[in-house]
Order: sequence, then structure tokens, then C-alpha cells
Amino acid sequence: MNEQPFQIQTVVRVRGLAKTFVLHNRGGAELPVFSGLDMDVAAGECVVLAGPSGCGKSSLMRCLYGNYAPSGGTVELRHGQSWLDLSEASPRQVIAVRRSTIGYVSQFLRVIPRVSTLELVSEPLRRLGFSRALADDRARQLLDRLALPERLWHLPPSTFSGGEQQRVNVARGLIAPRPVLLLDEPTASLDPRNRQTVVDLIGRARDDGAAIIGIFHDAEVRDAVATRSFDLGTCRPQRAPEEMAT
Amino acid sequence: MSDDLLLSVRGAGKRYGSRWACRNVSFDLHPGEVLAVVGESGSGKTTLLKLLSMRLALDEGSVHYAARPDGSGPGGLRDLADLSEARQRMLSRTEWGFVDQNPRDGLRMAVSAGANVAERLMVLGAEHYGRLRDEARDWMGRVELAGDRIDDMPSEFSGGMQQRLQIARNLVTRPRLVFMDEPTSGLDVSVQARLLDLLRSLVDDLGLACVVVTHDLAVARLLAHRMLVMKDGAVVESGLTDRVLDDPHHPYTQLLVSSVLMP
Repeated sequence: MNEQPFQIQTVVRVRGLAKTFVLHNRGGAELPVFSGLDMDVAAGECVVLAGPSGCGKSSLMRCLYGNYAPSGGTVELRHGQSWLDLSEASPRQVIAVRRSTIGYVSQFLRVIPRVSTLELVSEPLRRLGFSRALADDRARQLLDRLALPERLWHLPPSTFSGGEQQRVNVARGLIAPRPVLLLDEPTASLDPRNRQTVVDLIGRARDDGAAIIGIFHDAEVRDAVATRSFDLGTCRPQRAPEEMAT
Repeated sequence: MSDDLLLSVRGAGKRYGSRWACRNVSFDLHPGEVLAVVGESGSGKTTLLKLLSMRLALDEGSVHYAARPDGSGPGGLRDLADLSEARQRMLSRTEWGFVDQNPRDGLRMAVSAGANVAERLMVLGAEHYGRLRDEARDWMGRVELAGDRIDDMPSEFSGGMQQRLQIARNLVTRPRLVFMDEPTSGLDVSVQARLLDLLRSLVDDLGLACVVVTHDLAVARLLAHRMLVMKDGAVVESGLTDRVLDDPHHPYTQLLVSSVLMP
């Protein structure tokens, strides 16, 4: 399954990863999502996660981001000059990894009351130590490229349309150069023109050496950015019939 | 990594009679880190906050704090129980802040807004009246209070304004560690959002470390890097805030997260 010789430029190394949810308030019902998952991703690759809906693509992304705790196995990332296993990293280490190594564009923007679009987009750069002026400048360029009208930049995105929020999310996710990018349907609610812009931005990040792991349901987008696909269908654990019923 | 610890708590416990209000609580806090302590009423979270801030004495365990070296003693990680009372008092007036749930408990209601903000500076020996007023006005501005209300009494302020005044009063000495007990829960929802946003940016700009006790998971999500979940006086789950909220493991945390109503 997706065998690849170990190479120096590998930046994500997943071994025996398993995720099972245990619902204690439902009589301890177990919901196995995947198990025995191995994956290597190298710099400059864009791996698209494949498999039917419900097979655990988003859960895998969340494990890679440290948002879900794996039930088994390891998620190693190249962080600076060394490897870090997210499955046993401390909260501080995960925060440091998210600041400099791994970016995540989720499907939906988490809006913070009263924080302007510009501030939201420039924040990842400021966290890396760039000056406010430089970070704001870069944010403006990116928002302009994504055709978000300038009159919206100083407003919090809570009242924006789905597509506008999505572009803010993409800008925030891509503004800082990070070696690993996780993209969960980044073009879902975009019109063709903006979709093409996002495709260009993703392609550019990939060509600059980012390792990208993404979920793209749009076949055109997938064909434009992916270098290979990874099928989660093969990692699906067997569920007992009574567990299916809960 | 241990050399940049700010607070180190080991096996902290407090007993009322034969009942432990909280027990076996251990964690480390680093500069600039925000920790939320969540749980329902009676879970021991406020008792824990009082233990950490020396408002209550420990019956078990220890709390170490990395004080700045100053006139009243050397710096470095020190057991709070070993500090003299004078040093303890100095710490809680300079390097620490405490934001009470009810601003009336944290403010002096009988003196003006400006005097409330300037009090800590006066304790530290600042005397120049004009400068104290300038500083007080500056901090009122930073918490979004109009500077021309500097001579008004706190009782003339709304609840949300009183809470912002209490925050200014605490931050004026640029503390490194702020304890907050349900800082938003006595306020209207619209006022809560504004206060939360203000807290978020102040914590960020000043690089404050905070321990925030709250029963509101949204407050934890917005402010905290990490969280502790308490039940019956014990920590039942801890970790990165979004991990605990999005992938809760303990039965009680799962119940807590699934009980939140989405508007």
C-alpha cells in the first residue's frame, strides 16, 4: 500500500495509525474509523485522500494536525531539524508545530468576534515574528489575489458569504510558508475564477516544496494539484454488526 | 525547557473537614501560556484557583513560582509556602493579578475609577499625582473605558465596564500571571463577547500567562492554549484545548461537550 522508499525529504511519516471513538455516554460504544494506516509524504508532493464519505479522511487530517488523539500508532513530522511524534507531543509542542511547520485549511472558518479579516489573515505571519506592516501587506496582496473586495478587509468575516469566508480561510491557511499543508475541501464553495486562483496558490506551494495532504472532491481541482492519491478504503477496520447499529 | 517554567503545581490539594475540595492536581505553566480550568459548580475549580494564588493554604502538595529577583528576595523557582508574607503580598500586587467573577469583589467601590487603577502603582511607591492620573487614563483607554470617566465611582459603571475596570486595575503593574475566576459569566452575552475579545488581545499583546476558571467551553476555546477538566475535585482530562473539546476521552468531558447547546 503506497509503498515508498524512505527518503531524506520525507516530512510526514505515519505508522500503524488507528482511530477509534469510544462513546462513554452511549454505553461505551466503539466507533472504529481506521487502523493500521501507514503513509509517507515527501516535500513537493500533493497527496489526495480518496475513499467514500465516512471512511475517515477528515479524521486522518485531524490526527495529522494534533486535533484528534490517535488510538494507536504514530504521526511523525519533520519539525525544524528533528522529528516529532504528534501522538505523544505536549500541547506546547503541538502549538509550536502549528506555528511553524503545519498549516491547516479547514472547511469552515472559525470566526472570532470583532477580529477583522485583515488581522485574521495576517496573524499566522505575525506569530512567526514578522512585523505587523509586513504581515498586513502580504495579507492585502493575498486577499486581493483572491478577489475579496477591499471594503471587507476591516470587517470581521462573521457576516460574509460562504465563499467569502472560504477565501479568508484559504488566505489565512496559506499566508505563512509551512513545510506541511493540510487542505480540507479548500475550494468547496468557490466560483470557477476563485477556484482557479486557489488551485494556482496550492500548486505554487507544492512546487515551492510543501508537502500537501488534501481532500478535494472536485475532480478538476484534484487533477490540477495532486501528485498521487492515497486510498483510505483499505485501512477500514471490520465493524461488528451490533456496533454498526449504535 | 524547565528553566522557563513560570508555575509548577504538584499534587495540590485542599480539604474541608473530611472532604477534599480538590486533590492531586499537577501541572506546569510557562510564560505566555493560558490554561483554562473547566468543570461544573462544586468541581473544585475555584478552590484550585485560590490555592494557586495563595488565597487559600494547601493541605497537600506544592506550588512553585519563578519570581523575578527583586529587593524582597532572589528569583528562580521557589516554593510559595517558603516565601515570607511580605514577599507573598508583593507578588500578588505586582507580578500577579486576580480578576474576580464579581467586579465588586475586586474593586474598591468607595474610591474613583482612576484611584482603583492607580492603587497598585501607589503601593509600589509611585507618588507623582499627574503621572498616576496619566497612567490610569491610559489603562482605562486600553480596556475601552472613556478617559473622562476617571473621577467617576465604580458604582456608576455598568457590570461590563466594572469588569473592564477590574482588569485595568490588575494589569497596570504589568503582571506576568493573571488568575481569573469566571471573568465573563456575570455579564450579558453581548457584553461577554466584547470582554472576551478584549481579554484575548490583552493576553496576546502583553504575553500574559493566565489560569482562567470557567464553566463556559466557548471561553476556554477562545482564550486558552490548554485545559484541565475537573470533576469532584480531581482533574479527569487535560490537554490542548481543541483536542480536549473536539476529541474528548473521559466520560465526563464527553458529557460536558455534548451538553452545549448551539445557537
